Amino acid sequence: MIEWLRQPWPWYVAGPVIGLMVPVLLIIGNKSFGISSSLRHICAACLPSKAPFFNYEWKNEIWNLFLVGGILLGGIIAGQWLSSPDAVQINPKLAAELSSYGISNYNNLVPAELFTWPALLSAKGLILMAGGGFLVGFGTRYAGGCTSGHSIMGLSTLQLPSLVATCCFMAGGFIVANLILPLILKL
Amino acid sequence: MSEKTTAKQHHDFLTGNADFEVRSLDAVCLNESELKHPWWYNFKYMITGILFGILLIKAEVISWFRIQEMFRLQSFHMYGVIGSAVVVGIISVWIIKKFHIKTIYGEPIEFVTRKLNKGNVIGGLLFGFGWALTGACPGPLFAQIGTGATATIITLLSAIAGTWTYGVLRDKLPH
Repeated sequence: MIEWLRQPWPWYVAGPVIGLMVPVLLIIGNKSFGISSSLRHICAACLPSKAPFFNYEWKNEIWNLFLVGGILLGGIIAGQWLSSPDAVQINPKLAAELSSYGISNYNNLVPAELFTWPALLSAKGLILMAGGGFLVGFGTRYAGGCTSGHSIMGLSTLQLPSLVATCCFMAGGFIVANLILPLILKL
Repeated sequence: MSEKTTAKQHHDFLTGNADFEVRSLDAVCLNESELKHPWWYNFKYMITGILFGILLIKAEVISWFRIQEMFRLQSFHMYGVIGSAVVVGIISVWIIKKFHIKTIYGEPIEFVTRKLNKGNVIGGLLFGFGWALTGACPGPLFAQIGTGATATIITLLSAIAGTWTYGVLRDKLPH
């Protein structure tokens, strides 16, 4: 059992279980699945602002902070006890491309050469972590949701804005991954 | 109260409640329940989150490498995960609507239809840019830190700063 759990799980196991998050959250408490709003609640709770966008009863949404706290704990549990001993198996074409930028360590979920504390002092690391993070936070709120809120919850309820947003997530990702990221990795 | 909440009353709560209206600005994921429970009831969401976090990691959905493959069309994995999740979600929601399934507290479940706005496009593209750079959407941001890549705390703090900046500039941005 533990052996099986330690292997990477195939998409046809993971996908349907992720989909079940939608009915589970609805049935246990009338909550719409989504994660990016947690960032807004953190702002509303911790950062002072007069902006009307942050003036609401954030305690009514505290369930969302428990959910993301759980995700953090889940990361620790999976990382400590369920991690696969093997490196991520990636497409040889991607491996060839990445090795030309000096990335060859596939043991972590993020490249060990790029996402470390010392890397923050380099332009590359700073753009990827701080710049990328800022875009994630700004973009998801502007779009009204993220992959879970729009692409899973929103598409499940057949919302048009969610379909448009999902297409834009993908379009933005294709542009940056293929055209911009290579330039950044060359820095 | 919970036993007696009708679909109509719940609809009025969702449409005629100022605090709910502000909370629902630019947010898909919401607490649509009218019930007030002690805070420790929220631990059930934490347990759900723990399972979700383990799933994200074991499915390698939060791997920077898998995200790069997805955006280069070099692997089916991510498309399979998101696609099958959506199919299961659509079927579940259809069943909930069809059989008027209620929450475990007897509350009706209602789906609010959302309007398309420019933010879905502009914000969507900006998030796509960030997703390709960090290899993480907001859920994975939390899980990545948990796996021990502690420098990704900076990614999370930057995302919080991004959200705050949006909230402050919101009135000046096209919607």
